[in-house]
Amino acid sequence: MSSSPAISPKKNWKKPAIGSREIKLLEKLSNACGVSGDEGAIRKLVLNEIRPLVDEIEFDAVGNILAVKHGKGSKLPRVMLAAHMDEVGFMLTHDEGKGIFRFELVGGIDPRQLPGKQVWVGPDRLPGVIGMNAFHLSSASERSSKPELNNLRIDIGPAHAKKVKTGDRATFATSFLRTGPSLRGKALDDRLGVTTLISMLRNAPENIDLLAAFTVMEESGLKGAAVAGYTLNPDMAIALDCTPALDLPVWDGSENTLYRSIPNQGPAIYVGDGSTLGDPRLVNLLRAAGDAYKIPYQIRQPGGGGTDAGTIHRQRAGIPSISMSVPGRYLHTAISIVQLKDWQHSAALIHAGLSHVDTNLLKKPR
Amino acid sequence: MEDSINLLKDLVKVPGLSGHEKPIREALTKRWTPLVDQIQVSKLGSLHGLRKANRPGEGHSLLIATHMDQIGLIVTQIEAGLLRITELGGVDQRTMPGSAVMVHTESGDLPGMVVQPPNHTLPDEIASKGVPLKYLWVDTGLPQKAIEKKVRIGDLISFSVPALEMGGGYISAPGLDNRASVAALTESLTMLQNRQSSWDVWAAATVQEEESMFGAQTSGFEIRPTLAVVVDVNFGSGPGSPAHKTFEMDKGPTFDFGPTTHPKLYQAFEKIAKQHEIPYQRCVYPRSSGTDAEKLQLVAEGIPTMLLGIPIRYMHTPVEMVQIKDIQRVARLLTVFIEQLDEKFIDSLRWDEESEAGK
Repeated sequence: MSSSPAISPKKNWKKPAIGSREIKLLEKLSNACGVSGDEGAIRKLVLNEIRPLVDEIEFDAVGNILAVKHGKGSKLPRVMLAAHMDEVGFMLTHDEGKGIFRFELVGGIDPRQLPGKQVWVGPDRLPGVIGMNAFHLSSASERSSKPELNNLRIDIGPAHAKKVKTGDRATFATSFLRTGPSLRGKALDDRLGVTTLISMLRNAPENIDLLAAFTVMEESGLKGAAVAGYTLNPDMAIALDCTPALDLPVWDGSENTLYRSIPNQGPAIYVGDGSTLGDPRLVNLLRAAGDAYKIPYQIRQPGGGGTDAGTIHRQRAGIPSISMSVPGRYLHTAISIVQLKDWQHSAALIHAGLSHVDTNLLKKPR
Repeated sequence: MEDSINLLKDLVKVPGLSGHEKPIREALTKRWTPLVDQIQVSKLGSLHGLRKANRPGEGHSLLIATHMDQIGLIVTQIEAGLLRITELGGVDQRTMPGSAVMVHTESGDLPGMVVQPPNHTLPDEIASKGVPLKYLWVDTGLPQKAIEKKVRIGDLISFSVPALEMGGGYISAPGLDNRASVAALTESLTMLQNRQSSWDVWAAATVQEEESMFGAQTSGFEIRPTLAVVVDVNFGSGPGSPAHKTFEMDKGPTFDFGPTTHPKLYQAFEKIAKQHEIPYQRCVYPRSSGTDAEKLQLVAEGIPTMLLGIPIRYMHTPVEMVQIKDIQRVARLLTVFIEQLDEKFIDSLRWDEESEAGK
C-alpha cells in the first residue's frame, strides 16, 4: 500500500467559489432535459457558459464538447476532466393512441420509482404522467409486487396526442429546489459535475493544460467518454460525477455496512469501482490535497458502479485515471438530494489537487 | 372552461387531510359565503351552506354532499433526521417512492420527498417486491437537529405536486378525489345565483370520508334533508385498468345503480340528463359504494340518496386525472335538478305508490 506523500499548501491558492452563481447555473442545468443520446439542450447551455472561458472548443462525432484551457508555460501536464451531460430518463417506444405511450428506460432506473410521477415529454416538454391502475381495482398481489415496465404507460392526454411521437425522450418533471443545506433536483447526476467543471474552467489552475470533456451517453454505457479520452489524449484524467449515498438506517437497526458514501463527509474519492481501478498516484494526490488544505473527503466504499473513467483509462496505451464524486441520495429517481457543502468541498478538493499536478507526478511507476 | 380550470386548480392547492380539513374548509368558507344564505360548521368540521328556497314550497330540503378531505401521510417516528410514515386514507404504496410531499409542522411547512431506502437496508424478501409504506421514509434534506426541533410524531404530510394542464380540459393533480366534486358543487352554487328553486339546498363539504365517512353521517343527522345527492369520484378508464370496472373520461358523470341509490331518484336523474342532453354513464354495482352515500342513506329514519361519480384516472395516486367538462356536466346537472324540484317530487319516491302502481 502506498502512503500519500504530504504536500505543502500553496499560499496564493484560492478556493473556487460555489456560490449563488453556480447554484443558479445548476438549477438551469438540472431543470433542462438531456436524456442519454439526446443531450442537445444541455450542450447549448454548457456552450453559452464556456465560450468566453476557454481557448479552444471542439465537437466530436458523438456529441461531446471538448474544450481546452491552456495554462501558463509550455509542455504543461495535460489533465482531462470529464463530466457527463446526459441523465437517466425514458424514450417513447409505442403509440397506443389517445396520448398513451409505451416507453423504455434509459439508464438504471428502478421501476418502483415510476408510478405516480409527472414527466416532461418531448422537445416541447409537454406535461405527462405515469399513472397506476387504482389500487381499489388491483389484486393484493399486484399491490405488493414490483411494478413492471410492461404494465406502465406515459400518458400525455388525448389533446396533445399528436404533439409527441415515438423516439421522443421524457424525464421526471422535477423542478430544482434549495432546501436548508440541501439541493434537490432531477438530474444532479451529473449536472453537478458539469457545473463543477465549468467552475474549474473559470478558475483554471495555471500549472496545467485543462482539457474539459462534457460527455454524452454516460448513463447508457460510458460511451461518450471513450471517444473523448481518445481524442484529447491526456496525460491523466479525472471523472467528476455523483455517487449514491446509501447510508439510510437498516430496517432492523443493524449497522449499515454498505453505505458506499455518506453525505456531509466531503467528496468521495474512488479507489476502485465496477469500471476502474483508480490510479493510486491520483488517489494519493487528492488525499494529500485534502489533508494539506484541510478539505474533508471520504474514500468511496470500493464496489460496483462506474463513471466516465471506466472508458477513459483504457484509451490508446492507457490513461491514468480516477473518479471523484459528490455523494447524492436517491440518484436515478425523480428527486435526488445532495449537500451544498459536499459540492463546495468537491470543487475545492479538485482545484487544490490540480494545483499540485506536475510532470513528475506520473513519472514514478504506478 | 378557464374559470372551471382555475377553480379546480385553486381547490387542489389547499391541503385538507382527513380529520384535519381546516385549511380547505376555510378556503371554501370564503368561496361559499357569498353564494349561500347561511353558513355553519358541524361539530366534526364539515362545512354546511344553506341556500334558501326562493319560490314557494313546502319546506323540503336537498343535501348535496361532497367530501373535502383527501388522503395523505402522517409521521409515526423520527430517526436519523428521517421520518417514518403511515397512511391517512388509502394510500397506494406503489406510487410513493420519489413523490414530492409537504410536511406540515407547527413551525411551518417543510418540502420533502418519500424515499425508498436502498435494497440492502430492507428485509431480503422485500428487496425484490414493492416496498410497503412502513419501510419508506420522508427526507426533507434538513439536518437531524433541525428535524428533531421542528417535526413531531403525528405531523401531517400532503402530496406536493403541482396541478398539470394537459390540454383539451384534462387536468392532473393529487386530491382530485374529491376536490373535483367540491368544484362541481361550487360551480352549481354559482349557477344557482340567478335561478329559482322551491326547495332549500344544503351544500355540504364533508370531512373524514377517506377514513370513515362519519362526516357525512353526522352532517346528514344534523341537517335531516328530505333527499341527499352525493358526488364523489369514480374509476376512470386508463392504461392497465379493467374496462368492465371503469368509466370513460369525457363521457359524463356516472349514475350509481345499486343498493345505495334510490331507484326513483336514479330514474329522475336519467330523465333530467336526457332532457338537458347531459351525457352520463350507468354504473352498476351490487355492493357498498364506499362513499358518503353509504352512510347518508342510513341516517336516522333513512334518507333517499343518489350517488353521482366523476370519472378520474389513476385514483389515489399523486397524478389523478380528470376532464374538466365532466365537472361542468355535474354542475349543470345538479343545477337543473334543483330547479325542477317541486312539491310533488317527494311523492314520486314513495314505495307505497310504487306498490299501488304495480297493482
